[in-house]
Amino acid sequence: MSAALKPEAPAPLVRARDLTVRFVNRDATVHAVNGVDLDLAQGEVLCLLGESGSGKSVTLRALMKLLPRQAKVGGSIEVAGRDVQAMSEGQLADFRGGDIAMIFQEPMTALDPVFTIGRQIAEAVQRHEGVSRSAADARALELLELVQIPSAKRRLAAYPHELSGGLRQRAMIAVALACKPKLLLADEPTTALDATVQIQVLLLLRELQEKLGMGVIFVTHDLGVAGEIADRVAVMYAGRVVEEAAIGPFMGGPMHPYAQGLLGATVHPSMRGKRLTTIPGAPPSLEKEPTSCAFAPRCPTAEPACLAGVPPARLVRPDRMARCIRIPAA
Amino acid sequence: MTALTQAPDRGGPAQPLLEVTGLVKHFPIHGGLLGRQVATVRAVDGVSLTIRKGETLGIVGESGCGKSTTARLLMRLLDPDAGEMVFDGEQVGGTDQTGGVTLRDYRRQVQMVFQDSYASLNPRLTIEETIAFSPQVHGVSGREARERAHELLAAVGLAPAQFARRYPHEVSGGQRQRINIARALALQPRLVILDEPVSALDKSVEAQVLNLLVDLKEKFGLTYAFISHDLNVVQYISDRVLVMYLGQVAEQGPVEEIYERPAHPYTRALLASRPSMDPAKRRTAPPLTGDPPNPVNPPSGCRFRTRCTLAEDVCAQRVPVAAPLSAGHEAACHAVMPGSGHSAAPRIAA
Repeated sequence: MSAALKPEAPAPLVRARDLTVRFVNRDATVHAVNGVDLDLAQGEVLCLLGESGSGKSVTLRALMKLLPRQAKVGGSIEVAGRDVQAMSEGQLADFRGGDIAMIFQEPMTALDPVFTIGRQIAEAVQRHEGVSRSAADARALELLELVQIPSAKRRLAAYPHELSGGLRQRAMIAVALACKPKLLLADEPTTALDATVQIQVLLLLRELQEKLGMGVIFVTHDLGVAGEIADRVAVMYAGRVVEEAAIGPFMGGPMHPYAQGLLGATVHPSMRGKRLTTIPGAPPSLEKEPTSCAFAPRCPTAEPACLAGVPPARLVRPDRMARCIRIPAA
Repeated sequence: MTALTQAPDRGGPAQPLLEVTGLVKHFPIHGGLLGRQVATVRAVDGVSLTIRKGETLGIVGESGCGKSTTARLLMRLLDPDAGEMVFDGEQVGGTDQTGGVTLRDYRRQVQMVFQDSYASLNPRLTIEETIAFSPQVHGVSGREARERAHELLAAVGLAPAQFARRYPHEVSGGQRQRINIARALALQPRLVILDEPVSALDKSVEAQVLNLLVDLKEKFGLTYAFISHDLNVVQYISDRVLVMYLGQVAEQGPVEEIYERPAHPYTRALLASRPSMDPAKRRTAPPLTGDPPNPVNPPSGCRFRTRCTLAEDVCAQRVPVAAPLSAGHEAACHAVMPGSGHSAAPRIAA
């Protein structure tokens, strides 16, 4: 789908086809991701937008092969021209942190509490670039300055618990960027931050992305955050991408009924005194793989044909993909 | 045995439902070998506020600003170190001798809904038992309390036949928050304190719960104190807004005044930190740098001065007092207070 959106693009940084993830245990199987195709060009920012349980974080982790053993991953994933599924543990150790890095929602659990910030950054540099300890320490200082941590020199010796939430998030970004990855995966990195700090970290990420020319896949549930950072947005529902579009046209008017509902349910200033539009019901449980449009039971415009099969991904506009049979072709 | 009814209005419409003055709560930090007190978290440091009958007061601020401690003080889950609370004209915490409203009666009239919908429900009680629990404590018969629980479940949009016998882990997050709301209403309260009630919910569910809160307020004649870090949600639901920073009130006023004519530099920065929702008009520079300081050791004078672009010498020397700007709108900032000595302060007419 997005391959069709960008026919002239050179070798994409990320190319996933028919990605599926199932979590299998004795009692049940959860169909978390049910056929996701993703393409990301070099230096592009894609937001995966969705509510809890939509499969956005699982998709992100699959790209880095970070899922636990009981997860059954299917389909193909290529990152920077390499087949992620086929990599050995040794190859993965080089790949993670070198070509691809990840930042998480909660820096306190992502950083190691018993090492200083400086050591954690320098460790990554030493491991991947094989430089001396003093060269790695110098690089750690540069990185702390890059992520705009004030009095960086002093902060090198700080432990994670000694930093405020915003500084900790910056330190985690510094660890992730230590080896200049081509692809940065961000899993709700600003969700746990206060409003005044969230905007600082978003602007920092945008600046670093432009400066370093990284590709970024940014998972969020917040439309406002996507509006600030994304070039393109892919909306997920029940383990599938239901709409994909450039951010501008998307914010101007989503086409898939679920995406429309999501935008309508996001409280913003002009809504005061009006009744909020809501999406009735709740997302499906995913213990069975959806065999029809997963949103149909909650959809205001559903018709019998919606239950006949999974709606195919189709280009509803020259640059927009949606999985909905009700959207008329342009 | 009779069913509980909402306590009657005593002071009339002009009497505020809750008036709080000079509320203070400090938490000691113990440390060292002997466990001596080594520091104090000044979580709430002189907060005064008024909640009028039938209104929704929104309380906003960042983490550590004391908004949740304020909520717990208002509910009297914590005892304030200093300060006075008057509920509908009566001193809170009185006894039969001193007069005023006893804590037991106060807590019947004031109820609370918490952010974590799961942690605030007893996992070993069914939903109807949870909702019927406190009316039974207050002397309602079991049968009557259960009937009432079913009515409340219906009122919050959960079919009693389907949900009454379930346990909290068997329902979704949005449904659990509806149960918490139903439980809060079981004692027929007059004031409901909502501490981040929608923060843990997905956007589509958040809108459902906000609509429900608006409906219930009308139906049951409630007054809300709504605490949140989400400025858009507070703007949507509140009549008046109180902005807190490091345990103190920075600015308060009617919702239109706060959002359209914010006077305190902190309020302006908070509003400017909201994502623009328009990719063509992205934010270019963050309105504030750094994180909020630690409430253990707040800056002298104005607590916001370390992050404020307008800070001058006077801001470090004197604590700003709330300056009235228009009807009900006031801000604690030297730059808006006439005669404060700040270069931007309005001149006092001679």
